[in-house]
Amino acid sequence: MLRALALLLLVLAPALRAEIIHEERSLYRNILVRDLGSERCLLFTVRRSNRNQSCLDLDDPDRLIFPYARMMLSGLLVTPEPKRILMVGLGGGTLPKVFSALTPEATQDLVEIDEAVVTVAKRFFAFKPTAQMTVHVQDARVFLKRAAARGLTWDYIMLDAFTGDYIPEHLMTQEFLEEVSAALTEDGVLVANTFASSALYDAETATYAAVFPALAEVRLDETLNRILVAQKRPFPSAEDRQAAADALRRPLRRFASDPLPLARNFNVAPRFAEDTRLLTDQYAPVNLLQQQ
Amino acid sequence: MDRKLIFLLAFTGGFVIMSIELLGGRILAPWFGSSVYVWGSIITVFMVALSLGYLIGGRLSLKNPSIKRFGALFIGGALLLGPLYGFGDSLMEAVFTQVEDPRYGSLLASMALFFLPTVMLGMISPYSVRLLVQAKDESGQVAGLLYFVSTFGSALGTLGTSFYFILWFEVDTILLLLSGALLACGALALLAAAPHQEA
Repeated sequence: MLRALALLLLVLAPALRAEIIHEERSLYRNILVRDLGSERCLLFTVRRSNRNQSCLDLDDPDRLIFPYARMMLSGLLVTPEPKRILMVGLGGGTLPKVFSALTPEATQDLVEIDEAVVTVAKRFFAFKPTAQMTVHVQDARVFLKRAAARGLTWDYIMLDAFTGDYIPEHLMTQEFLEEVSAALTEDGVLVANTFASSALYDAETATYAAVFPALAEVRLDETLNRILVAQKRPFPSAEDRQAAADALRRPLRRFASDPLPLARNFNVAPRFAEDTRLLTDQYAPVNLLQQQ
Repeated sequence: MDRKLIFLLAFTGGFVIMSIELLGGRILAPWFGSSVYVWGSIITVFMVALSLGYLIGGRLSLKNPSIKRFGALFIGGALLLGPLYGFGDSLMEAVFTQVEDPRYGSLLASMALFFLPTVMLGMISPYSVRLLVQAKDESGQVAGLLYFVSTFGSALGTLGTSFYFILWFEVDTILLLLSGALLACGALALLAAAPHQEA
């Protein structure tokens, strides 16, 4: 048995050696692309190296490797057929691809602050913007303010502009969320992946709860990430969400993603300490709170 | 006595300048984002304003230098910070609507908000040197000591603001405290000047 294991290791070892295939310093961060076996990952930091931003299975490009990527689809349980999608933070361009397959007619606005990330997504992660997609290299707050001035709205907004190492503070405040809310259609949904932990966790939940009448969090056992799902009107019933999940099972199979756990773990009453101070443009020590 | 006071005031001036510069990023972010060029705009405006302040402060020190006029620089700085509370947002909104490109938008907004107070605060250093220097051969040493004190103040202003103040207070509260510190400096200088005038 041991010998068999050792033999297996010997066979697998070369395949599992991590190899950095691209490295660049952009205006905002260090960008690394690392291959490990058939998995190719986008990383933003070298030292705390296990913080992958986005991963692609080279043998099975559709497979969603990260639980959080699957969790970003939770909004489909309450807004099953989005027509206008806005995604903040491109990463490897994984989610736009999923939405292209699920809702081919929907338009997608993809906002990414870092031009280099867009280039890397195209070059190393097979990201091909379709005719339905528009990539905007811009700060999301500025983008949304301009969009609001032109009266643009979306029915599926994803916030994925946060890394574990640095959180853009102006994208977590009450004022920002109010701008997002204004850009959301009446039955639209906001799905946010923010990496919040420690003291920031409560502050974030409280701020979202102050802006959105309906707020849920989705957590899965396999990951520490949590996703916040928010709407301007009450959520559809648990039965409706379950039905939406059932309907998604087939189309999501191709992405090796099961929507049922999302419906099961859709917690419509996320808890936070009552006396939590809200995050505002005046008070947003986001990264300091994250470290407490 | 007066010497210590001048150093204390120069220290506070340095502290306030960098604290405001750091808050500048916070103030602009909701309108212009936190892209690298927003910081570029802020730093550019502060550098240009300080360089002009040095020039004007030096010129001003040629004519009847006094601790009273020195104090007036601080009071002027505090007053010029005023528009930041009242009109900051409406001004940034106006710039935001007029200027589509966030690079020039943030440059214009930082110019409007931070230029004048920073010019005023930049005048403090050369003016302090004039008040402190008594003989030609010590001028370099006095200038060195003065830059040490005011730049050390800047370092503490940067650290204090980014590590602690933003965790404890709202941006407007910090600005109010900074203006208060400048006003207190001005008042101290005027008090120190008073007896000399009676004599």
